[in-house]
Amino acid sequence: MHKRVVFQNRWLPFLLVAPQIAVTLIFFIWPAWQALETSFYLEDAFGFSRKFVGFDNFTRLFADAGYLRSFWRTLVFGVSVTALSMGMALALAVAANRVIRTATAYRTFLIWPYAVAPALAGVLWFFMMNPSLGIVAYMLEGTFGVDWNHYINGNQALILVIVAAAWKQISYNFLFFLAGLQSIPKSLIEAAAIDGAGPARRFWTIVFPLLSPTTFFLLVVNLVYAFFDTFAIIHATTNGGPADATSILVYKVYATGFVGQDYGSSAAQSVILMALVVAMTVVQFRFIERKVQY
Amino acid sequence: MNLKLLALSTAASVLALSTAATAQTEVNFWHAMGGQLGEQTDAFATTFNAMQNQCKVNSVYQGNYTETMTAAIAAFRAGEQPHIVQVFEVGTATMMGAEGAIYPVHQLMADQGIAFDEGNYIPAVISYYSDTDGNMLSLPFNSSTPVMWINIDLFEANNLEIPTTWDEVIEAARVLKAAGVVSPFGKGWQSWTMIENYSAWHDLPMGTMENGFSGTTTEFTFNNDHVVNHIQRLSDMAAEGLFVYGGRRGDSRPQFVNGESAMWINSSAYFGGFVADIKDFKFTQVPMPVDAAVRAEPQNSIIGGATLWVMRGHEDAEYACTAQFLDFLSQTEVQADWAQSTGYVPITTAAAELMEQRGFFAENPGTDVAINQLSLNTPTANSRGLRFGNYVQVRDVIDEELEAVWSGTKTAREAIDEAVRRGNELLRRFENTSG
Repeated sequence: MHKRVVFQNRWLPFLLVAPQIAVTLIFFIWPAWQALETSFYLEDAFGFSRKFVGFDNFTRLFADAGYLRSFWRTLVFGVSVTALSMGMALALAVAANRVIRTATAYRTFLIWPYAVAPALAGVLWFFMMNPSLGIVAYMLEGTFGVDWNHYINGNQALILVIVAAAWKQISYNFLFFLAGLQSIPKSLIEAAAIDGAGPARRFWTIVFPLLSPTTFFLLVVNLVYAFFDTFAIIHATTNGGPADATSILVYKVYATGFVGQDYGSSAAQSVILMALVVAMTVVQFRFIERKVQY
Repeated sequence: MNLKLLALSTAASVLALSTAATAQTEVNFWHAMGGQLGEQTDAFATTFNAMQNQCKVNSVYQGNYTETMTAAIAAFRAGEQPHIVQVFEVGTATMMGAEGAIYPVHQLMADQGIAFDEGNYIPAVISYYSDTDGNMLSLPFNSSTPVMWINIDLFEANNLEIPTTWDEVIEAARVLKAAGVVSPFGKGWQSWTMIENYSAWHDLPMGTMENGFSGTTTEFTFNNDHVVNHIQRLSDMAAEGLFVYGGRRGDSRPQFVNGESAMWINSSAYFGGFVADIKDFKFTQVPMPVDAAVRAEPQNSIIGGATLWVMRGHEDAEYACTAQFLDFLSQTEVQADWAQSTGYVPITTAAAELMEQRGFFAENPGTDVAINQLSLNTPTANSRGLRFGNYVQVRDVIDEELEAVWSGTKTAREAIDEAVRRGNELLRRFENTSG
């Protein structure tokens, strides 16, 4: 005999999912639709005139060499931020998982940076790396002879925003990795140890594969973070400069829409960015998720 | 119209009328003055509120210039606009283009029966903010102009004369570099100081149609040989180590404060902050250098800073208070106090005279350089100011292209040509939206 769970009232299930659907419609679908609609118009700042221009906003973007460069830059930025923040977080989580004494204090400190607002994180790094004032810039010059000036050197500027953006995200990744590590049964690791596997081998053959659901989840979250949530950091540190060295797609959306009040072009850029992230997520779920062991 | 709604709104307005006798009329004032400047701005509102009991001005800091302007525009679109908003000079064309959103100040003052004489303001200020009929559309509040800040100690230690031409700047920079100064020359707000003001100072046009004053079909022309040569000169100075780029806007300020730069071209409004922050060396302001290859004598510099715009869509009683507050801010005493404590230029002739009487200029040598630069000559079509649409974005374009020069990836010619091309695209886009 098996137990069947059936709703008696045929409207009840719809009622139960209604809040979730409403939230999705109001906060995701509706703004996305608005962006799509706006991307076909040319509008003045105050909204007095609105002209339908078809695909003009899009064709302009793709005719702009600066915009196309920004794609490549965004990719470099997104992949670097994700790799750096996840790599560091995993290393810290593995280390924290072994700590026995004062483990809580250690973990708490590692989680703190997450409470720092992105703009503040940007300002923090801005001061540390400032060529005239910054302590890190001073040490780089004194110890390693690196002539640090991210106001001139585009690569240094890109490194600065990558480090700042990754630093901000390490805590978040750390939390998930630590939880993931703690859910791996000790018996598996002990068995491998008895069979003579060293720490490195135990990590790569047992821990890392068992951690793959967490890793996959974080990969998606981190890429979305790097593509969408990092404009405040860039705004506070480099403003997209020098030249357009750190002008990633989401910063361009912000600069065009909020600084330039060109809502049509800004909307067109967000539509392109949305399409890009949707495509990336699909690729991740189709090709990478297959390797995940649940 | 819904009857119930009508009844409700009638009841509400009756209620409003009956309480009007006791309640104060509130006026919202959004500004972009942070830090010490913000405290003083808020203090103006507090003083005004204490002077009378009909009006209450709420002075609110809304972030930097760009953020404040964006916030006001967004608020207007949502019907929640403030009465007064502070907008920086490059936003002028955008605000003027929005005729349905702004209440011209000269008209507001006339409607409210408050005397307002545009002739009180110095010509460089009037010319920047007036429409083609000479009417002032917004109230000038804080105006500055670029000057050259000098580290007197470094100049005296190396027996140097204060440079008046760009050739002398380079000679002085070489001596200072040899003496170990990191970046003898420095600058900030580079589009404003090195292109806009360089052009006005040498009576060169930035664009056609009188720098945009006579129409939105204007095009940029600042890729002339003089500007290109000037940028190339700076690029050569950077290659020689005489100038280290310190970032956009005022980001290079630490270079001067730390003594890394001995000649630093940026706004005169750094005065207040420098007095507070610089204790270990003497400093002063001198006029911007002249490019002898272009002109023997400078024309006049143009202002930067912001004006106060009044927005439409409010009650008449609120506009009465708005007008009173603007009238208060235009008072000579208020203007002079503001200029003395900040380094902004006194924007009325009377305020400048009052500062002279008080002995401020005599006690603080160099503080009159800014006003003298602005009123050096009657402004020409090239030195009156700029009226380009989308100019906030154009400045970003100019920043980007100049940075490509400082980092050595583009020559001055390539970068300036590209800035003009990209700038013209933005102008055409503005023309399309406003047409």
